[in-house]
Amino acid sequence: MDLFAFIKPKNELEQSAETDVKKPYVPDEMWEKCPECGTLLLTTDVEENCQVCSKCNYHFRINARKRIAMTADKDSFVEMDAELVSDNIIDFPGYDEKLEKSKKSSRENESVICGTCKIGGIDVVIASMNAEFMMGSMGSVTGDKITRAFEYATEHSLPIIVFTVSGGARMQEGIISLMQMAKTSGAVKRHSDAGLLYITVLTDPTSGGVTASFAMEGDIILAEPRALIAFAGPRVIEQTIRQKLPRDFQTAEFVQDKGFVDRVVDRRKMKKVLTDLLRIHNYGEAEI
Amino acid sequence: MSAYDKVLAARDTKKPTSRDYIKAMFGESFIELHGDRSYADDKAVIGGVGMLNEMPVTVIGIEKGRNTMERMERNFGAAHPEGYRKALRLMKQAEKFHRPVLCFVDTSGAFCGIGAEERGQGHAIATNLMEMMTLKTPVLSIFIGEGGSGGAIALAVADEVWMMENAVYSVISPEGCASILWKDSSKAAEAAEALKMTAQDLFDLGVVERILREPTAGDRKMFESLKLLICRTFEKNLAVPVDQLTDLRYQRFRKIGKVK
Repeated sequence: MDLFAFIKPKNELEQSAETDVKKPYVPDEMWEKCPECGTLLLTTDVEENCQVCSKCNYHFRINARKRIAMTADKDSFVEMDAELVSDNIIDFPGYDEKLEKSKKSSRENESVICGTCKIGGIDVVIASMNAEFMMGSMGSVTGDKITRAFEYATEHSLPIIVFTVSGGARMQEGIISLMQMAKTSGAVKRHSDAGLLYITVLTDPTSGGVTASFAMEGDIILAEPRALIAFAGPRVIEQTIRQKLPRDFQTAEFVQDKGFVDRVVDRRKMKKVLTDLLRIHNYGEAEI
Repeated sequence: MSAYDKVLAARDTKKPTSRDYIKAMFGESFIELHGDRSYADDKAVIGGVGMLNEMPVTVIGIEKGRNTMERMERNFGAAHPEGYRKALRLMKQAEKFHRPVLCFVDTSGAFCGIGAEERGQGHAIATNLMEMMTLKTPVLSIFIGEGGSGGAIALAVADEVWMMENAVYSVISPEGCASILWKDSSKAAEAAEALKMTAQDLFDLGVVERILREPTAGDRKMFESLKLLICRTFEKNLAVPVDQLTDLRYQRFRKIGKVK
């Protein structure tokens, strides 16, 4: 061993070690690094732990399908309106390409997946937004699918659960995307007036036009730990007021403290909490 | 005029503000009512009751202010959550007494700041959207200048939305759009074009019902004819059974961006 090895910079040490000892081949996808605490985690362990870091409880961002798989009873999910795709309504430059790219990379048609399923044996309508599709932005199809989900729930007297994740309204659809805020809110109101339960689960990040519409309209508003929940995103605020924001500003815990979230719920307990809430609202009795 | 010229015209500080409209149309009959009953009185939003000809009306307007002092006091027409909550409180009051609601919109957007977030800007806007949709009294919103995103639609879930010929209404400011999409805020003119945010574009998209000739301050005749138009619309809508009225309001928004 090199006598001066101990004074070498660390990275150099590692490099020389690598050439000396033949490391076993480890495929990248076997490991995941926690973005919060930096711990290397076995992908299979993360998977088993509902995509939560076993060390610091960081909740990894997950896509809409995974979310539904975690929440719905096995094989109970039936998707609605899966075939709906967005048009470039206002002929916005570059939007067609952006849509194509998002469809390819996310393998989804839009930023929300809706359907019916059972949770703890109870029939519900479920909508799950997808950050992998244009950062979960709300275009006309997103708005329409959510509106349809609420209308379906109202028509069939079902409770509805919506998982939100969104950068806000989709500017490539101009005013039409803004109108989706009113449209979805109207559908929520009709569902509410029919005496039906609506639970929102805010996940990281939920912001802009989605926060200022159906995300904040639930009878019960849950949130995942440390999720960013905002109307205006932190960067926009920092630019406006020209000062740095405190670290915890706009986290789920902060928003709960301010009185706008009912409860921050660990993802591993989410299904149980949802089931209990549905039961407390007298859903699923007929099943017993 | 290019789309961006319209944006600049909409921001023109010399054009009449909500206060001017209220004064010109309600005159001495306007009684301002303050506060949201839970936190404060937001001066970016003016509200109250008054007589429009022979008709009692609740009127709410986002006020930018007419000079530097006023603009500071009015926070440049950028409302906090308490502003939207004040507006909703007055709308609920109008519903109780079955008075029509008239809203004037003129804002670059809901305020972005620490207090606004802490007090639930998103929640305040969301609640307005939900409650206005089923408000059991006629609602009319008129865009007199800028219609900036969520902060504008929070006062525009109405039976009809009208716009002044030089008003704009958009999901994002052209500057914001250009800096996000093209990392270059100097491309605002291109963004304004692309966003289809002028009254004429929005009329074509079926988002507004009427484009109005813009009155200049002191133009009594124009304000009189606008007043008459508003009264006639309210009379028409007051005659519609409320359940039908709110259903029409829902359908008005339901069809926008509806997928076949």
